[in-house]
Amino acid sequence: MPVVRLRAPLSELAGGKRELELDGSTVGEVLQALEREHPDVKGWILDERGSIREHINVFVNKENGQEDTAVAEHDRLHVIPAISGG
Amino acid sequence: MTQLLVGTKKGLFVLEGEAGGPFAVTSRAFAGEPVEFATQDERSGRTFACVTSAFYGPKIFYTDDLAAEWQQATGVELPEDAEKPLERLWTIVPAEDDDHLYAGGAPGVLFESHDGGATWELNRAFWEQPTRPEWSPGAGGMCMHSIATWPGDPSRVALAISAVGVWLTDDGGKTWRHGNKGMYPRYMPEEAREETITLCVHNMHRAPKQPERLFMQFHGGVYRSDDAGESWTSIADGLPSDFGFPMVMDPDDPDSAYVIPLVADMDRTTPEGRVRVYETRDAGATWIERGDGLPSNDAYLTILRQAFCREGSGPDMGLYFGATSGDVFGSGDAGKSWFTAATNLPPVHSVRAA
Repeated sequence: MPVVRLRAPLSELAGGKRELELDGSTVGEVLQALEREHPDVKGWILDERGSIREHINVFVNKENGQEDTAVAEHDRLHVIPAISGG
Repeated sequence: MTQLLVGTKKGLFVLEGEAGGPFAVTSRAFAGEPVEFATQDERSGRTFACVTSAFYGPKIFYTDDLAAEWQQATGVELPEDAEKPLERLWTIVPAEDDDHLYAGGAPGVLFESHDGGATWELNRAFWEQPTRPEWSPGAGGMCMHSIATWPGDPSRVALAISAVGVWLTDDGGKTWRHGNKGMYPRYMPEEAREETITLCVHNMHRAPKQPERLFMQFHGGVYRSDDAGESWTSIADGLPSDFGFPMVMDPDDPDSAYVIPLVADMDRTTPEGRVRVYETRDAGATWIERGDGLPSNDAYLTILRQAFCREGSGPDMGLYFGATSGDVFGSGDAGKSWFTAATNLPPVHSVRAA
């Protein structure tokens, strides 16, 4: 299964786990699986419409992915806040 | 001892002190995150914070003990078919019935909780207003910032939104109508001023002892309503400017209001480099300048709409406001004299007495 890597505060919302194996064939499916397994994450990465929040990047290995980006069995998904802010 | 909840661009600061002297920072929460608003429901003692992470979106958190962990409230979200996600939460106000609270946010949305603030749901009647596609945001987003309940009557509520004017309900939020007569939006073409609903209200408060009276700071205008928000009369004469954001009332005096004028929408700083609060005690017929103890030289401050509050009422009423400069000022005598409560905080978004 693909592996999702999280940083704080998301890892804290996922029970302290920084890496999770989750099922899914697209980025969106994997992140929805994360929400089902750890409901406290709901609304933090995906907004209420199921879209990745504007200032969150989800890399599939080393490439920036979108909700419909395909994910293979051994891919690693890195959820990282964008380099933005003030 | 006064306790202030100061929402800033970089977290929530709890300040404690006595009127007249500097306040101490006694705790900080949500470090690094923008806290748009924080308040305490005096009925339950529960404290709420509206936190809008640039990364993770807007959330409401609550705690029953400022020294303990905060809990995330649930249900603060728009329907899945919304064009955009929830942008920001601007205010939380206790309603008139037990365990009932309102929260206002952008884009022009009202949430309600019936369990003391742990779970929330969207007010669908307001969300489904047929004119919503025509609504326009102000510079800070389409923020619902003012929710004025009617003491003793849960069915009557007035809302204000930048820039969608005043909305009124007489049935507890099942139906809504405009309360916009008399506002003069000079930022609109002359031909459009009469009919427009693009009305940029900056803040609105109801007089608890005379609830048909409300006061409003507008985007270029200060108004009073004596008919529960149906219509509005200008009371800006005597002010150095009719532009500003926040407003406070003395709940004991329906003729009272306090504003902090800024130069204009194109220069949102205190006029002439002097920080001054203006007080009326005759419903806006005259205004008294209050600045004893406030910065008087080269002080070009911006005070945002939620960054001014009161504590208590009458001649000993506390008044507190914070600026985007990170300064917080206070008065323990209803504005006659002022002191500096804190300096060097991050830009201040909101100030409320706990």
